[in-house]
Amino acid sequence: MSETDKATQVTINYDGQDVSVPAGYNLVQAAQLLGKEIPHYCYHEKLSVSGNCRMCMVQIGTPMRDRATGEPVMDENGKQKIGWSPKPAIGCATTVSPGLHVRTDNDLVKGCRNGVTEFLLANHPLDCPICDKAGECRLQEYSSQYGRDYSRFVEHKVVKPKHVDIGPRIILDDERCILCSRCIRFCDEVIKESFLGFTERGSHATLSIHPGKPFDHNYSLNTVDICPVGALTSKDFRFQMRVWFLKPVNSICTESSAGVNTKVWSREGRVYRITPRRNDAVNDSWMSDSGRMLYKKCEGSGRLVEPQVGGHHMGSEETLSRIAVLLKNEKAAIVASAFSSVEEQFLLKRLAGAIHAGVHMISHTQKGDGLLISEDATPNLRGALLTGLISRIPSDNLRALGDKIDAGEVETLVCVREDLVQAGLSQAQLDKVNLVYLGTHTPSFAQSANVLMGVPTVFERAGSFVNCQWRIQKFAQAVPPPRGVLSELTILAKLLDLVGACPGVAATLSPAWQQLSKEVPAFAGLSYDSLPDEGALVDGGSLKSLPFVETAHLHYTPNAK
Amino acid sequence: MAKIVERPKLTLAEKTYLPQIIGGLKITFKRMLRPWVTLEYPEQRPQLPENYRGAPTLVCDQNGREKCVSCQMCEFVCPPKAIRITPGKIQNPAQAHVEKAPQAFEINMLRCIYCGLCQEVCPEEAIVLQKVFSLNSRTRAALVHDKRRLYELGGTLPDNILKWDKKLEQAKAAEHSTH
Amino acid sequence: MLLTDNMWLQLLLDLVFAGVVLGVIMGIAGYTVLAERKVASWIQERPGPNRASIPFIVAIPVIGRFLQRIGFFQLIADGAKFLFKEEPTPRHTHRFYYVLAPMLALIPPVIVISVLPFGVWWYEGQVRPLAIANVDIGLLLVLAIGSLGLYGSVLGGWASNNKFSYMGAIRAGAQLISYELAMGLAVLPVVIWAAMPGTTGGLNMMSIVESQGTLWNVIWQPVAALVFLVALFAETGRLPFDMVESETDLVSGPSTEYGAFKFGLFYFAEYINLVIGSALFTLLFLGGWNFLPFVPAPWPENFFGSVCTVVWFTLKTFGMIFFFLWMRWTLPRFRYDQVMRIGWGMLVPLAVVNLIAYALIIPLVDKFLK
Repeated sequence: MSETDKATQVTINYDGQDVSVPAGYNLVQAAQLLGKEIPHYCYHEKLSVSGNCRMCMVQIGTPMRDRATGEPVMDENGKQKIGWSPKPAIGCATTVSPGLHVRTDNDLVKGCRNGVTEFLLANHPLDCPICDKAGECRLQEYSSQYGRDYSRFVEHKVVKPKHVDIGPRIILDDERCILCSRCIRFCDEVIKESFLGFTERGSHATLSIHPGKPFDHNYSLNTVDICPVGALTSKDFRFQMRVWFLKPVNSICTESSAGVNTKVWSREGRVYRITPRRNDAVNDSWMSDSGRMLYKKCEGSGRLVEPQVGGHHMGSEETLSRIAVLLKNEKAAIVASAFSSVEEQFLLKRLAGAIHAGVHMISHTQKGDGLLISEDATPNLRGALLTGLISRIPSDNLRALGDKIDAGEVETLVCVREDLVQAGLSQAQLDKVNLVYLGTHTPSFAQSANVLMGVPTVFERAGSFVNCQWRIQKFAQAVPPPRGVLSELTILAKLLDLVGACPGVAATLSPAWQQLSKEVPAFAGLSYDSLPDEGALVDGGSLKSLPFVETAHLHYTPNAK
Repeated sequence: MAKIVERPKLTLAEKTYLPQIIGGLKITFKRMLRPWVTLEYPEQRPQLPENYRGAPTLVCDQNGREKCVSCQMCEFVCPPKAIRITPGKIQNPAQAHVEKAPQAFEINMLRCIYCGLCQEVCPEEAIVLQKVFSLNSRTRAALVHDKRRLYELGGTLPDNILKWDKKLEQAKAAEHSTH
Repeated sequence: MLLTDNMWLQLLLDLVFAGVVLGVIMGIAGYTVLAERKVASWIQERPGPNRASIPFIVAIPVIGRFLQRIGFFQLIADGAKFLFKEEPTPRHTHRFYYVLAPMLALIPPVIVISVLPFGVWWYEGQVRPLAIANVDIGLLLVLAIGSLGLYGSVLGGWASNNKFSYMGAIRAGAQLISYELAMGLAVLPVVIWAAMPGTTGGLNMMSIVESQGTLWNVIWQPVAALVFLVALFAETGRLPFDMVESETDLVSGPSTEYGAFKFGLFYFAEYINLVIGSALFTLLFLGGWNFLPFVPAPWPENFFGSVCTVVWFTLKTFGMIFFFLWMRWTLPRFRYDQVMRIGWGMLVPLAVVNLIAYALIIPLVDKFLK
């Protein structure tokens, strides 16, 4: 251990074991670092400590010194005596200090947990069968671990409002609330707008909104995630599926270039919800409500499933050969997308090189919120720059391409995941060219497309995006694509094969990354499989000086070069 | 080592087999005079014990409220994965205080192994293995019992606790006292 | 049966008579199948077949229901099943003999029926047997022709070209040879007794029955009766001697490869043999249609008396049939070596000794008691 580390490390005694933890940690964090758990409800690492649940009680002690002389007091074994505090202290508000002794498993601590659990359950309704939190509920878990298996209370439980509609996306059940105040602190500290508060006193304390001010913030659903019980539930996920049936898969939110880390929860090929995944360098533990709803698109109507050639359904193999014939035209152009993954952009760039086609791209901007929605509405613009698909920030329209079409310089146009009409191409221009469209949904200009082919959404494929911090982050496949939809990687690899550019291109991620790490300097030494879940920063090089649209938001400052 | 078993020495009468044969004939003749033990099934029904575990069914309480709140514990615990529930909100306004009820509830009786774990795990005592043992159909689909069929088979099972109704009463009482 | 001098009319009447007799015996054999199932079920405390019914007949009050409960219509159902089943002929069989075998199994017992008397009638002061043919060597014919039924099994087993069938056939042959000898020896004292001085033909069935007018053979020749009975079980292949079928080790013996109607013929032949065997034992040892030992016949010597003899004989035969069925559901099967030992080691010596003894006793009885 180096000198600097020593200064920041503190040695404490945890359950009779001397361990070294970073200074400034509290005991809950220290326990987590040691792979142990001090049970807690109100404490959240990304929020301030309020210390009101009393679940994290531990016994602490410090080495004894004689008050008069300041000499250490020794016991008969020649060791310094430990002065144990007679009353327990809460772990979340106790910062580690040198020589601090902690006991987490003696009778005193166990009694505390047992008592706290019993008090919490005194007024907690037996709603588990109808509660959406069941299965991931802290109270449920700790009750079985630290509580007793019967109730000693004969009194009626306090009646509080149930299924209160407090916002467009949230329903509150006050009986279930254990008054941990996490949601209140989240509003005050993270979104910095107070929505929630406690009214009444004692057992009758009730979480509520200010009358007339619904909890309609775009980050409101984070309170559902951090609620340790089922008091706050999401309207969208309410009564949809029990969490123990859902399989979480790591993914990346495509809402903006912030690259929010998410978990996609699915069962049997259907996505039920998206929750944030903690990444302290990107999104902490938060994500926007709008980003959570993106999954609805992938099962919505209008999905492009079966390949169509000239309005007729056709097998994918035959469709690909039709596309290849169109691509052999010397006057081809490609409209690429920042919604494609790094790997897809890489193969598309190869295809463009093979058929000598010009690559166009469209920038999508939106209003940022300074938190986790950046101004760039695409997840992977920097990926396109790094792979060399484009070299400049694209404009927000395709007028330049339109001019080329009008001039007859472009006869075949391949469009990936972009809306050409919105980007400024006229119907007449689209009719002039042989249009090949690869996208998730049927576009408005489907009539003028010669070939339509479906590609998977972000939930249906694996890949990686480069976010605004130049951080490459991978996402995994959560659900299978609709039957008949080939992955974009497969389509591009087969097209490369068919146009005779580079036969035998592998359509899977690992081999694609072998090529990527070789050919793109920024990705040197990286591979898909070894990429950590929290992503890896890559060197943007000279690209960093390009005029990106993002302004400062959580964990991002535009001039960090 | 082989163990040699001595054969019993037989008397002359025994060697003729005749006494044994006559003894056997006596036994079988007595049997012939006894009453039959056969149950002539479709007409005569077996007396099933109270704890008989037949087909799983859904039951209502004495007030006609469907007990199931679609917590899906049975779907989770079901070893052959015979149960499939689509949860949903309660449509009946009179029972809205329970909030949750199954939108669809299917038990595939072709998969069910009658283990009774669903009944054991049910927190609402809504799914009960009852004395339904004769399930047959000409189609596979008809043996996938839907919600309607499950309630039809289940009928009513009185509830002594009526947890939800008491809750509603308490809530109403609390509302009165505050106003 | 010289009712008239018209030969053609006589022939016609004979044919009608033969047809009726044959039909009745076939019917009895058929219902013996049902009786077997019923007796089996009663011994096993079951109701037995009681479901088969014919729509309109079963609607008759009381009777229809009764017939259904006793399984009366089961025979029709079984027969229809045999008729309408698919009739496969395995390719590896010898087609000609394969088809011939079931017929050979059925024909000999049917021929035997012709010489079995089942009652008497009185005509012009003479007592005449009620039989299709009153043959002087009746018993010999029964033994000779009856044994031919074996060829059905042997041929079927061979033609099936299947090791189990073949082993069954071999067993059938061995068993028949072993027990035929004991059977013949056991019958001889009866024949000697029937061939009283002053009478013709001890082999005539009629004379054998008449020789038991007061004393049934089973009472004063019990050893002969026992040997004959055991041999009869073996000959008809009934348990405990069903080495031929022996379903636990030979699947189904010679009938393994047979199905549908051809199997039905084998099956039916077995039950006809059973009926004939019962009738034969009744004739030889149970006094035929004679009333009870030491009791003179209570019926008059007229048409009514004839009917009584037939009924009485039939009742005795039914009793024997029941005994056969009862035995089957009581005893387990002998092992093959035991079957051979019983046949050669016990029955044949016993029959020989018995023959010698009665060959001495009968002349003495003749000389001093009459």
